[in-house]
Amino acid sequence: MKTTLAELKRGQSAVITMFETDEIPLKLLEMGCLPGNEVTLLQVAPFSCPMYLNINGSHLAIRKEVAKQIEIELI
Amino acid sequence: MAKHINVSLIGNPNTGKTSVFNLLTGLNQQVGNYPGITVERKAGVCKLPRGVKAHILDLPGTYSLNASSLDENVVIEVLLNKKDKDYPDVAVVVSDVENLKRNLLLFTQIKDLDIPAILVINMADRMKRKGISLDIPALEKALKTKVVLMSARKKQGVDELKQLIAAYKKLSVEPCVNASVIDKEYFEGLQRAFPNQSLYKLWLVITQDVNFANINRNTIADASEFHTKKKSDLKRLQQKETIKRYQFINETLKQTQTIDVASATGVRAKLDQLLVHKVWGYLIFFAILLFIFQAIYDWSSYPMDLIDEGFAWLSETIKAQLPSGGLTSLITEGIIPGLGGIVIFIPQIAFLFFFISILEESGYMSRVVFLMDRLMRRFGLSGKSIVPLISGTACAIPAVMATRNIENWKERLITILVVPFTTCSARLPVYLIIISLVIPNERVAWIFGYQSLSLMLLYLLGFVTALGSSWLLSKFLKMPNKSFFVVEMPNYKWPLFKNVAINVIEKTKAFIAGAGKIILAISIVLWVLASYGPNEKFSKAEVIVTSQLKESLEKNSKENLEQAIASHKLEHSYIGYMGKAIEPLVAPLGYDWKIGIALISSFAAREVFVGTLAAIYSVGSEEEETIKNRMAAEINPVSGAPLFNLATGVSLLLFYAFAMQCMSTIAIVKKETNGWRWPLIQLFFMSGLAYVTALIAYQLLK
Repeated sequence: MKTTLAELKRGQSAVITMFETDEIPLKLLEMGCLPGNEVTLLQVAPFSCPMYLNINGSHLAIRKEVAKQIEIELI
Repeated sequence: MAKHINVSLIGNPNTGKTSVFNLLTGLNQQVGNYPGITVERKAGVCKLPRGVKAHILDLPGTYSLNASSLDENVVIEVLLNKKDKDYPDVAVVVSDVENLKRNLLLFTQIKDLDIPAILVINMADRMKRKGISLDIPALEKALKTKVVLMSARKKQGVDELKQLIAAYKKLSVEPCVNASVIDKEYFEGLQRAFPNQSLYKLWLVITQDVNFANINRNTIADASEFHTKKKSDLKRLQQKETIKRYQFINETLKQTQTIDVASATGVRAKLDQLLVHKVWGYLIFFAILLFIFQAIYDWSSYPMDLIDEGFAWLSETIKAQLPSGGLTSLITEGIIPGLGGIVIFIPQIAFLFFFISILEESGYMSRVVFLMDRLMRRFGLSGKSIVPLISGTACAIPAVMATRNIENWKERLITILVVPFTTCSARLPVYLIIISLVIPNERVAWIFGYQSLSLMLLYLLGFVTALGSSWLLSKFLKMPNKSFFVVEMPNYKWPLFKNVAINVIEKTKAFIAGAGKIILAISIVLWVLASYGPNEKFSKAEVIVTSQLKESLEKNSKENLEQAIASHKLEHSYIGYMGKAIEPLVAPLGYDWKIGIALISSFAAREVFVGTLAAIYSVGSEEEETIKNRMAAEINPVSGAPLFNLATGVSLLLFYAFAMQCMSTIAIVKKETNGWRWPLIQLFFMSGLAYVTALIAYQLLK
């Protein structure tokens, strides 16, 4: 089974490997969410949604259903 | 004469673009709207060396030229259309030293448009603390432009930027990324079909909903020698383009930027640990809210009293100075109280904007959005709806305007529709007087009194109704609802006083201009309706009342006679007949024709209720105690019992809690939703709910 960003634990880092192109807003890509970039989960709200991430130096929050579309490899 | 230089200020949100704008233009700025839409247009003038003037346009913050909102569309339209009066001679791209990588994406896109672009790297004073060092000459060479290191906070780099703007003709317009390599064949075909146009502009027209010069998407689709692509293919190409640009940026920054992580210090992680904590985060948020409301009520009560007294004095003075007659009465009883009704809200609104802009400037607001998103989504709202719902407790008008940064149209629309349910400051005077009339002033347990509990219940009722109706709306509204929730979590900063002050002044000015016109117009209409009557009963009121009271005349002082005349006049004025006309409609709710008049007049603005009752019960001053006594003495003509009993009181409270009685809100909702459809639905839904609940309450309690 593939690991997705939604399964990341707080404080863990990973590298983005690929994502479901049509489900991801372009805006997220423009903020640095691209294959090969590093991502760290900084904080989560209750029920782990939304997720507060550091992606490639950008600090942003996204909802879990978007995070499920992003595949990662733990480091 | 020297030519004006058109400058566009462009940049990502949270880069301090507005600080740079304020620094360049000072208070020399105008805020308006772009024609036909409600996107805020900020422009100003900046004096450059040797008498040259620059017209600076502060474009809405955007992450790229791929627009996903109305605000972002404006940016592309200004940059594409050479004939637009705002088309820039030079673009100043503002970036933040800590997010340079992401900020450069927008810069490379603008560079592709053949517009000279200067790169401003703002917040340069943080470089040392963050362990960042930059090789500026190498960066300038790679990006083919001039770079200014700036600190808007410390006012560094402004003169250098001004000189570069003045000498914009020396800047290169060569692009730094060749985007067409992502699909060579496709772009070559495009260029063959339109040999005279810039390739990147054509590409933007294909992917966005914008036009420039005489080319739009259809002319491109119609060009015979060129085949356009499917939407999903285009999106894939846009992604490829973004990746391509990031490759270039990563390569460039690898050679020009070094970050020494070891020497970087920051409070962000520590503050986040506390402020978005699962328990502390919420407690701190509610403590901040409590403080803000307390402060708004406490601090603004002094200036509000002053304004109230000032307008009363003005009215009296003018009355004494001018000869009595229709015009004087219009000024002193129509226009001046009408203006006072607007001005009295300025302190509360200014304080509210003061706190909101501090929360936004400091970066805390994004944390609140983060904390509340999950909870709000259950009701069909977004975490971003929390800001309007909080602002709504002061006034629904700025609250509706604050919904603009909600990207999802469905969530934004629902927020706009339910915001007027929150207990705004205009409901407060109505609540206070009715509670003091019908709710016993006794303590239920130790510290809590029935009266203060009722007030708290009414506030809660507003919030619960807002959430309940948004839940209903989210079930009934059929709209595409893709979750595009992406919130940047900016670094924490101390708010800049200048930015906060300018924001408060501009927003307050917009409120006065917008709401002011309507309240003024309504108060004049009300005055006319109350000052004229259709028949003799109005014009001969003096004679009629004097003859009626003949026997008891000795017992009545002159003052009482005047009051009786005024009351008789009101009953037979146009508005009096209007009140009588709707009496059958409001009688089931427990109201008589006088309350009917108050309902009609407070349709424009709720706070008019108390003033209208004061006029109806012929009380000269607006001191609450006296109106209260008069109201308590009113008798229900049918039952003979006091009119303002528990049943009527609760029915009135519920009516005012739910009814949409605010012309200004209707006007702003019309503006924000581009049509009459939603404000009318809102009006009928809210008023219907108000009528039904008030009816049920009265019939059950009477």
